[in-house]
Amino acid sequence: MNALRKFVDKIKPNFEEGGKFEKLRSVFDGFETFLFVPNTTSKQGTHIHDAIDSKRTMIVVVIALIPALLFGMFNTGYQHYLALGQDVTLWDQFWFGFLAVLPILVVSYVVGLGIEFIVAQIKGHEIQEGFLVTGFLIPLIVPVDTPLWMIAVATAFAVIFAKEVFGGTGMNIFNVALITRAFLFFAYPTYMSGDTVWVRTGTTFGLGGGNVVDSYTGATVLGQISTSPTAQAHLTGITGNQIGFWDGFIGLIPGSIGETSVIAILIGAAILLITRVASWKTMLSVFAGGAIMALIFNLFGPDTAKAQFPWYNHLVFGGFAFGAVFMATDPVTSARTETGKWIYGFLIGAMAIIIRVLNPGYAEGMMLAILLMNIFAPLIDYYVVDANIKRRLKRAVNSNK
Amino acid sequence: MTKLIKLKRGLDIPIIGKAKETNGGVFVSKQIALIPDHYHGITPKVVVKEGDEVKIGSPVFYNKAIETMNFVSPVSGKIIAVNRGERRKVLSIIIENDEKYNPAKTEITSTEKLSAEEIKSLLLKNGYWPFIKQRPYDVIANPLQNPKSIFISTFDSAPLAPNYDFVVGQDIKNFQAGIDVLSKLTSGKVNLGLKNGNTVFAGTKNAEVTFFEGPHPAGNVGVQINHVDPVNKGEVVWTVNAQDVVAIGKLFTTGTPDFKKTVALTGPEVTDPQYITTVPGTNVTELLAGKVTKGAHLRYICGNVLSGLQVNEGDFIEPYSPQISVIKEGDDVHELFGWGMPRFNKFSVSNTYFTGILKFFGKKDFDYDARLMGGKRAIIMSGEYDKVFPMDVLPEFLIKAMIAGNIDKMEVLGAYEVAPEDFALCEFVCTSKLPIQSITRQALDNLRKEVE
Repeated sequence: MNALRKFVDKIKPNFEEGGKFEKLRSVFDGFETFLFVPNTTSKQGTHIHDAIDSKRTMIVVVIALIPALLFGMFNTGYQHYLALGQDVTLWDQFWFGFLAVLPILVVSYVVGLGIEFIVAQIKGHEIQEGFLVTGFLIPLIVPVDTPLWMIAVATAFAVIFAKEVFGGTGMNIFNVALITRAFLFFAYPTYMSGDTVWVRTGTTFGLGGGNVVDSYTGATVLGQISTSPTAQAHLTGITGNQIGFWDGFIGLIPGSIGETSVIAILIGAAILLITRVASWKTMLSVFAGGAIMALIFNLFGPDTAKAQFPWYNHLVFGGFAFGAVFMATDPVTSARTETGKWIYGFLIGAMAIIIRVLNPGYAEGMMLAILLMNIFAPLIDYYVVDANIKRRLKRAVNSNK
Repeated sequence: MTKLIKLKRGLDIPIIGKAKETNGGVFVSKQIALIPDHYHGITPKVVVKEGDEVKIGSPVFYNKAIETMNFVSPVSGKIIAVNRGERRKVLSIIIENDEKYNPAKTEITSTEKLSAEEIKSLLLKNGYWPFIKQRPYDVIANPLQNPKSIFISTFDSAPLAPNYDFVVGQDIKNFQAGIDVLSKLTSGKVNLGLKNGNTVFAGTKNAEVTFFEGPHPAGNVGVQINHVDPVNKGEVVWTVNAQDVVAIGKLFTTGTPDFKKTVALTGPEVTDPQYITTVPGTNVTELLAGKVTKGAHLRYICGNVLSGLQVNEGDFIEPYSPQISVIKEGDDVHELFGWGMPRFNKFSVSNTYFTGILKFFGKKDFDYDARLMGGKRAIIMSGEYDKVFPMDVLPEFLIKAMIAGNIDKMEVLGAYEVAPEDFALCEFVCTSKLPIQSITRQALDNLRKEVE
């Protein structure tokens, strides 16, 4: 460690102003603070500081996402070999999924961090850690067969237009990962909304060749209920087997890479809540809002499969749980007042179900619900703050009587 | 009927080095400095020159805005330097202490018949006025105003803060005398904030007692004002530190000026943390000589580790600090992979570290130094400040209004009620490492300039 420190100190002057590699100052600074906790001391105000910083916070979120990623990799392989009707070991399934998902992760990080590094250098500030989480989220919310170039284009679009133009991490209005997903969704609709992208039936790096079985269907559960001719949808897995609530909970079903397993998501939720990085208020109220809205449709809704889809199923299928745990709780784009968080979360949950049930175009409503509420979060806060202001003004009037 | 206010939000930071309740004697350095910058918001006009003899209570400079407001020498001796900086700004006035402690005459005879105006002019003339501060703006009170009430907190809840039961309790008679004097200066009440269960101050007459329970900043006078008699636009509240109330009382009971005060020497790097009697302006390095750990690069702080003033080698004690804290500077520490390591010796309120579990098992000696422990960022996390800010004010939104310089928003969000020290814990817990206290200070100064 001492040798490393000496090396860093030795090359440091090259990156400072006037040095040989001045243009890479932000990058060097990023790597230095990645290796060592910065030793800048407080010059004014509080002399001691809490040991938490934004790096630590972001890393905790990344750790919380790892179960979903690992399960997503495994499920990708599982669905693939299921579709092919081949019986292979768990390890082979995971390996296939690993090779299928890793390139998406790499593309997302390389494109996003590349842009971050360049912007940090131009603006002359430190590299911000926000993209560590965004870059990890992107692979988890896309279907496995999304072409890498689309991911690259969508990531670049989201990082530049949803984040950097607003001023970087902490200043963005929309959740950057969801903008990536929304860009894919609206820019390549024919590709992204079919039934073919959810399961990789082709090969990955030449691995896993074969023909799909006759009974194969690639539709997700939400896709099935939106096209179901009867009010009681018959839910099936990709080989036509009947599935239900527990299949959605465990997650061995087709869907975006990281969204299928509620178990993996709940492990992540536990990490986020124990470390208090995410707000339990937002998380809980998203589930409450979704459950209540779905129950209302169950009881009073029209006689369609979408409206009659049981409320508990709404919470485990599609991206609902993933959005509630990892997207709605993004502190930057969510409501920032404690009262506001309850309202914000509840409306996301309710809105997601409304879009799912009433909108014929989109099978999944979570992404749009969160993006919509991102817009309204400042408005919610405005009214919560305004209530505080009014209470204080009233206090002044009372004391002057 | 006495009131009890229970506060839930806040934070007691476990740090070692609390002062033992013994007094290590009197120490006053050979050279004493008066530093105008220690009195925030005044413009000094120096009335002495090199070679002048001064006594305890002789004016050294006054405030140009309010010319009756004297700032006086705390010792007797000779002026040896008036140091000026750029644009002839007065940096410090150095007095050589002759160690005779001759007091100046004060013209105080009896106290009972004094009117408010007479009391004010005696306090102003004899250099006791700077003890009285005001909200809004957290500056020395304007003697021309009539405060709606006066607030005194009888306990300090900051990390390693001195115990006023010990410091002031020995002189409760003069404390009462000080309260009696102050009660004449307001048309409202003198409010005392007491720690729940306190008996030392509970019998104070001429004052309204309110008990407080809860973690720091329950002892901050700003928090107590917010809960008892909040400051609205156009209103003024005065505040006095408990020990300074004793000094004011003593002035009127004895008729002689005496600026000695007891400060606590605290912090993990003080070898024998205890109380010591000194005068403001004493040389910190001399005061601490032989009392701190050797070898490490240390940071001396006048005041507590959250809101104190950093002093360098050879600097002088700031007049408002009830304690002196010493911690490690930490600028020679390089921690590898801090974002991922467990770092068991670090304190954090978030559970991204193991602080909570370790604290549960009784760990108290977490390792602190003056590092920021991270890089400065835009505000990312929400709700962090609220957890340590027990006032009916939304801290994050007020801070944002302050950063933006939005006067209207600051007014309605509570800028009149806060002092920088009230935001000290917010600054401590901030993930984005924002210098919130200095943001607040600048914003309050700006607000004052715009409004007054």
